Amino acid sequence: MNYSDHKHVVVLYPHPDDESFGAAGTVTKFREAGVPVTYLCGTLGEMGRNMGSPFFANRETLPDIRKKELQDACEVLDMNLEMLGYRDKTMEFESRDEMAERFKKYIEDLGATLVITFYPGYAVHPDHNAMGAAAFEAVKRIDQEKRPTLWATAFSNNHRDNLGKPNVVVDLIDSFDKKLNAIKSHRSQAEGMLSQLLANSESDNEYEAALERFRYEGFYEVDVDQVNY
Amino acid sequence: MDSIKIEEVQKYIDEFANQPVYVHLETTNGAYASHFNANAYNVGAYIRNAHLTYKQGKIVEHDDSYRVGLKHDIGWIYAEGLTDFEVTDTGQLLIAGHDREGRLMVTLEISTEPFSY
Repeated sequence: MNYSDHKHVVVLYPHPDDESFGAAGTVTKFREAGVPVTYLCGTLGEMGRNMGSPFFANRETLPDIRKKELQDACEVLDMNLEMLGYRDKTMEFESRDEMAERFKKYIEDLGATLVITFYPGYAVHPDHNAMGAAAFEAVKRIDQEKRPTLWATAFSNNHRDNLGKPNVVVDLIDSFDKKLNAIKSHRSQAEGMLSQLLANSESDNEYEAALERFRYEGFYEVDVDQVNY
Repeated sequence: MDSIKIEEVQKYIDEFANQPVYVHLETTNGAYASHFNANAYNVGAYIRNAHLTYKQGKIVEHDDSYRVGLKHDIGWIYAEGLTDFEVTDTGQLLIAGHDREGRLMVTLEISTEPFSY
């Protein structure tokens, strides 16, 4: 695949940090090829649990902290950011129809040729599944000849059994700096996770430990007419 | 937040009594509990901006953590496993329980103005 063949990439995930863990390296490849990328971030991760040890946040200050982290990560990745204003852990209770219409308008207005989102049913967190389902529906509502390509992230424990291997795999061996920096922008989410990765790795180097875990980004290219969600 | 000082928290609970307040009550073990451990259950409950007046409230210590109960006209509000508290610049009383890694497990918050939503 030639990254520069695309006109605009739209990423739809619900939480600050989903973009960094799920697609930062892929976003970097597109940006290096001069393709604009826009992140439609569903929520501010208001219900996150990590308050730090010692504390750096509480339930009421966390949204602003995560908003700043999100803006920092998008700056690292050089992508546009739109915050959609839903609330963490409530997206599955919103109207899928209304979300799909809203996402469709963004996709069309931005002229997206590629949409990246979560694979509904295979993305563990209820917001991931709900936003993925609404994004799938948005793509489905676009006329076939104008439809963007659709890539979906799956990571539930059963995703390999049911979906097979991802058919798009991006190797970040030569562009891992950006991904690691984007992840580290989300200090409230990443700090504990990175130190745990390091503790469990044979390497004593954070970069190496993170590379072992996050070297590849995999996506399922989906024909939205062929899947149930 | 700081470790709970029982007399101080009791004083704030008393200050909020007998007037309309907004309450945030939440407990969670995260969205990934059963993803990482097949034997675990995802459980959680959350209510934001319950609007009520309680007539009495009490904090009780038990084995280094705390429980708070608020009695209102037609029932109770209750939280267990509380460890830390803070009063914000705008006068909100935040009480929460965290695990060893600083992850929030339970929180009870009281304010005279609605919490952001």
